[in-house]
Amino acid sequence: MYEFARGPLVWIALLVFAGGCLYRLVWMVRAAKQDKVVIPYMSWKYGLRSLLHWIVPFASRNMRLHPVMTVVTFVFHICLLLTPIFLLAHNVLWQQSWGVSWWSLPSRLADVMTVAVMAGGIFFIGRRLRLPEVRNVTDYSDYLLIAVVLAPFVTGFIASQQWFAYRTMVILHMWTGALMLMAIPFTRLSHMLYFIFTRMYMGSEFGAVRNAKDW
Amino acid sequence: MVEKAGSQAAQAVADPEIETKAKKIRPEQMVKDPGLDETIKRLTPEQIESVIKRVLTKETAARLRVYLDTCVHCGLCAEACHTYLSRDRDPEYSPVAKVKNTLWEIVKRKGKVDGEFLKNASRIAFTECAVCRRCSMYCPFGIDIAYLLIVVRRILNLLYVVPAYLQDTTNSHAVTMNQMWVQEDEWIDTLQWQEEEARMEMAKARIPLDKEGADIMYSVIAPEPKILAQLINYMAQIMTVAGMDWTMPATDGWDNSNMAMYSGDFETMGRVERQHYETAFRLKVKKIVMGECGHAFRGAAYDGPKWLVWKHPPVPLIHAVEFYYDLLKTGTIKIAKKFPEPTTVQDPCNIVRGKGLGKKLRYVMNALCEDFRDVNPRLEHNYCCMAGGGTINCGPPWTRSRMVSNKVKAEQFKATGAKIIVTPCHNCHSGIEQLVSFYKLGMHVKFISEILVECMEVPQHLKV
Repeated sequence: MYEFARGPLVWIALLVFAGGCLYRLVWMVRAAKQDKVVIPYMSWKYGLRSLLHWIVPFASRNMRLHPVMTVVTFVFHICLLLTPIFLLAHNVLWQQSWGVSWWSLPSRLADVMTVAVMAGGIFFIGRRLRLPEVRNVTDYSDYLLIAVVLAPFVTGFIASQQWFAYRTMVILHMWTGALMLMAIPFTRLSHMLYFIFTRMYMGSEFGAVRNAKDW
Repeated sequence: MVEKAGSQAAQAVADPEIETKAKKIRPEQMVKDPGLDETIKRLTPEQIESVIKRVLTKETAARLRVYLDTCVHCGLCAEACHTYLSRDRDPEYSPVAKVKNTLWEIVKRKGKVDGEFLKNASRIAFTECAVCRRCSMYCPFGIDIAYLLIVVRRILNLLYVVPAYLQDTTNSHAVTMNQMWVQEDEWIDTLQWQEEEARMEMAKARIPLDKEGADIMYSVIAPEPKILAQLINYMAQIMTVAGMDWTMPATDGWDNSNMAMYSGDFETMGRVERQHYETAFRLKVKKIVMGECGHAFRGAAYDGPKWLVWKHPPVPLIHAVEFYYDLLKTGTIKIAKKFPEPTTVQDPCNIVRGKGLGKKLRYVMNALCEDFRDVNPRLEHNYCCMAGGGTINCGPPWTRSRMVSNKVKAEQFKATGAKIIVTPCHNCHSGIEQLVSFYKLGMHVKFISEILVECMEVPQHLKV
């Protein structure tokens, strides 16, 4: 199991992730051409202006109306993206396999960031259970998606702390990590890909066509 | 049946407090509407499936699919919607819930939905969402939720499941090229009558009919000649004082309104918009100035052009608010005496979220009014009037529901303490008049032109 996960699985996961993302983006551009208005309306200036107001914390009114959600969602997403890339243990593996490595996070900080991802995930689950307007549009798949994202962080954290069954945890960590990567292009996790484009399109329509702000 | 629903709404006005008013009435139960009740009886499952398939595969593409795939069901759009806020945060009224109860099901069941489902979808898409687009400013991903509801309306239109009053308006567009079954002789007669009225107030006031080569073509919506004809003579006076070279068309194409855009009949929407612009080309004008109407601006500025695959309107299009702003800013028209009463304003979605005219609107308000009291939230974040988007055109059966859906608007106006509400939009105007009477706000609703005519300085040689 370990050997397979350490070898072919990594390649399968990366290929499915990269190929899947590429496929979804090509599909999106072709569909956008069919939609007639999308590409002509796209504007770099207004698209980026909108994007900026939605990737800077509290730059939009809705973020200010939900301060706790805003802080949690920014911390969650930043830690989710950065931790796996700059984790020392991952760097060591890349060094061994491909001979590349880069700056890595101090292990204490990496631990804190991992806990932040897990806490964020739990916050999102709590939000889904507690807030009527979220619960109303939540089904099992929403919990499943959070579970898919949290699983590699939970297993990775347990393994790194060497609390129990180290080898089993590492194998589970690799499998769940691969699963998450492969899920990104084919589930609603694809908001990672599409967010930029949906936001920029709305910003373009608001800015270039309607002379208005969208934040 | 229609009258019954209307009289219930009239009775409900008796209660004084806004809060208790909205709580006491539960309009969620379906009212009777032959446009829905009768039409669903004639549908076959094959017809429903094939129409849905056509819209989902042939008429929609990237936006629909990407929006559906990107939405993570976070519920953050709820905060945007006046119906959700007005109905004590009932989760079924959040924008995403409206998509869930319509489009998600339609896609999930691959078009295998029944008449009852469509009737429910029609209530949601036509009477509980004004496609005001506030929610696309609250969705972190910028998903155009109003667009998704318009796709639902399109499906319902192709299946004829449209509220009867709204469908009648669309039929009028299709037959007469105007919204209110106005005939050409009536139109010309009304303009001449209003020219006489204007001349009683102002020497040399004219309404030049069909003047080729004028600078401005002035277009209005059909309710003006039909029920608010005085607005046309107000504009004639304003144009005369401003010394504009203007004209109004004597033929079809004078009406810039477009309810077909909202009922999902895009073929008729396209015909109406094309006729409007072709009339401007025929008259060889430099620009179109349009009266105080929001949806008409939306139709002419982008929904129409989008359907006709024009990136921009082919003739420059100026909304009345922008026109008044220019007249006042340049000093073409001066104010003799400011309007004295405490006055507030309604930001019409389609010119504020639709053209960013909020600041110019405030310039005009401050120039005209001694005691202007702004609303909160305002500009792009202002609440919709819950009359636009075709909702008020769904007629009396739905009035009560719309009123309950806009408690926040009534509270917003009440908090300003103003006596007058200025609405540079016909749908806002009618909807807010209903709101004022329903919630007993004791306010009056006016167009800008009514105040401008009262306050502007009339040069000596134009005085009667």
